[in-house]
Amino acid sequence: MNAPGPVIRNPVRPAFDKASRDDTVIVSIGPSHPATHGTIQIFAELDGERILRADVHCGYLHRGFEKECEDHTWHNLIPYVDRLNYCSPLINDFAYCEAVEKLMGIEITRRAVVLRTLLSEYSRLCDHITCIAASLMELGAMTAFLYLVMIRDYMYEHIADLTGARVTHSYGRIGGLARDLPEGWLKRLEEILVQSDDFLGRVHGLVDRNRIFIDRLRDVGVISQSDALSYGYTGPILRSTGLPVDLRKDTPYLAYAELDFEVPVGIKGDNYDRYYVRMCEIDESIHMIRQCVDLLEPGPLNVDDRRCVFPEKTRVYDEIESLINHFKIVMEGPRVPAGEVYSAHEGPNGELGFYLVSTGGGTPWKVHCRAPSFVHMGGAHRMLEGGQLADLVPTFGMINMIGGECDR
Amino acid sequence: MNGRVIPIEVAGGGGKSAAFEYLTTRKDELVGWARKFSIFPYPFVTACCAMEFMAVSSSPYDTDRFGAALPRFSPRQADLLMVVGTVTHKQAPILLKVWEQMCEPKWVMAFGVCATSGGFYQNYAAVPGIDRIVPVDVYIPGCPPRPETVIDGIMQLQDKIARSQHLIVNDRF
Amino acid sequence: MTTYGADILDRVKERFGQAGAPVEHAILVLAFAPGEIGAAARALRDEFGFELLLDVTAVDWPDRDPRFDVVWHFYATRNRVRVRVKTAVALSDPVVPSLTALYGSAAIMERECHDMYGIGFEGNADLRPILLYEGFVGHPLRKDYPKRQEQPLVPYREEAKP
Repeated sequence: MNAPGPVIRNPVRPAFDKASRDDTVIVSIGPSHPATHGTIQIFAELDGERILRADVHCGYLHRGFEKECEDHTWHNLIPYVDRLNYCSPLINDFAYCEAVEKLMGIEITRRAVVLRTLLSEYSRLCDHITCIAASLMELGAMTAFLYLVMIRDYMYEHIADLTGARVTHSYGRIGGLARDLPEGWLKRLEEILVQSDDFLGRVHGLVDRNRIFIDRLRDVGVISQSDALSYGYTGPILRSTGLPVDLRKDTPYLAYAELDFEVPVGIKGDNYDRYYVRMCEIDESIHMIRQCVDLLEPGPLNVDDRRCVFPEKTRVYDEIESLINHFKIVMEGPRVPAGEVYSAHEGPNGELGFYLVSTGGGTPWKVHCRAPSFVHMGGAHRMLEGGQLADLVPTFGMINMIGGECDR
Repeated sequence: MNGRVIPIEVAGGGGKSAAFEYLTTRKDELVGWARKFSIFPYPFVTACCAMEFMAVSSSPYDTDRFGAALPRFSPRQADLLMVVGTVTHKQAPILLKVWEQMCEPKWVMAFGVCATSGGFYQNYAAVPGIDRIVPVDVYIPGCPPRPETVIDGIMQLQDKIARSQHLIVNDRF
Repeated sequence: MTTYGADILDRVKERFGQAGAPVEHAILVLAFAPGEIGAAARALRDEFGFELLLDVTAVDWPDRDPRFDVVWHFYATRNRVRVRVKTAVALSDPVVPSLTALYGSAAIMERECHDMYGIGFEGNADLRPILLYEGFVGHPLRKDYPKRQEQPLVPYREEAKP
């Protein structure tokens, strides 16, 4: 066969390389493993089937997001932002755009506010559906997976009608949105919501009271409320422990103050609660989307601010001022006043924050993303330790680690 | 027993036997036909493209129709390595290890532009294309590619499998 | 923009004797010397209910001395207020106290900050690479690290070289 190649170093070093007892064994799980979503490696010390210690490594998808941002203008880095949490790119877009708008002191138009709220909830719906579909598939519930992927695909095609891309939309713009709704979009939206209600009802029927499902999820991967707070948990995991912390309710942004919705919480902080919190949030999202459709009024989509909003295409072709304006925004980027801002939205997994530092130029000095998945990985060992090896699969599925966001 | 050794002319060897060449051509066609419809993919899933991989492998698009259905999560059982998403320098040793563990014959698909060339991640962290690490048979463009593009890629790979030589008869017979 | 819990923020300012501390985009910004961080974080958590440590990161200012700003973000879930704590450290001694004793989440975020900027966290014994890998030389988010300087673990295939 081939001559032995050069020695390839192991990319990570486990926290423990010796077993604590002579009847235990240390195994490495992942990163290329279906349960770890391809980007997480777990070193686990096993006593039979029980995990005694776990050491969670991430970083296998670290693709230099922050370094790339420092090399692009404020506008041009929006596609990178999209690829952080690729299950719900629109929420990333809007959180980032809002942070920049805060720095520039821009108040976006009413239509953009409502549309962003609507699309955030639509994106959250997609994300929760993906999370639940994947976790159920990992537990062997193939039918539920196919139902949910089916409905998610309707949504992808529907969002693609609006944004032009199925998964990574790059739809947010500083000062507004890329384009307005196409003809008939809201009608199709209502059709999809009705269908998703139907499909989700079937999933509820299939798994909610299913003995196997309950046995695999109930009292598995438990985290206490104090642990969850100490480890910086936010989003559905913190809410599953019974604490109703939701930025949409606590410090409302966009149009959330006008919407009627509940913050579902769990009781025990186990995997079943996380599943149920997500399912309830799906219902709340659908409810909110319908309210947003009612709130939607005709009006301008983008603010009239030549510092950041592109001039209309016809004017770019007709007049030299607009052409120069367009050129300046694309090539040099919008001039964002010097300063720092931290702006957080409630992402599907928790608090999604952007910490931006500007020095007044067209490119950011620093773009830091406070990614919920990454922080969740810091405390994941608390959920795994003491559990069975097989419980790793549902626990990990219900944390909903998203590689792009975790490793950035 | 002192049996007579019948010399076998190998295709591509010195003197060619027309009959044998006919046999091996038809054999390649037969084996290629069989192989191209029984692709067992190993999804080396890392990033955003996984969302499209989920879509393409399940209900709406369904690669099952093309004989590339059953994802095998053991490299030993797979013959198509689908690299779905960005491969970073940290991930590269794992990719190489998985590829080395796969049995021949094996093919590699670069799913999406990050696997193809690094895409718009041209920095210290990302590998600029997995062909720096492992040989690639089919590249699928797109960020992420639409399911139709993926299916087209699978069909092109099937063509490639059908057209290539399948060394069952070799110089050791 | 609504600033929640303005009275709490006033009490925080008073407690730390930083009456002039600015509130930027609804976040109170407190500046401390590196040595005071541990005590300040303890006071924030125990006296004012900032039970979530959201984020640890740094900002690199290559032309400034001290060169790095280390930045923490805290959130109080009950009062819904946010605080940003900043400190400046020099390149010669980029060490700040670790908050791992107070917050579990500090461990992984401090590892990231150490990876990216080379900031040391005194009291955090486990600063192994988390986003980078063993053997990576340098700190990529420092401004003097070239963006495209790769450090491959696997040698590139001969035929693939451009």
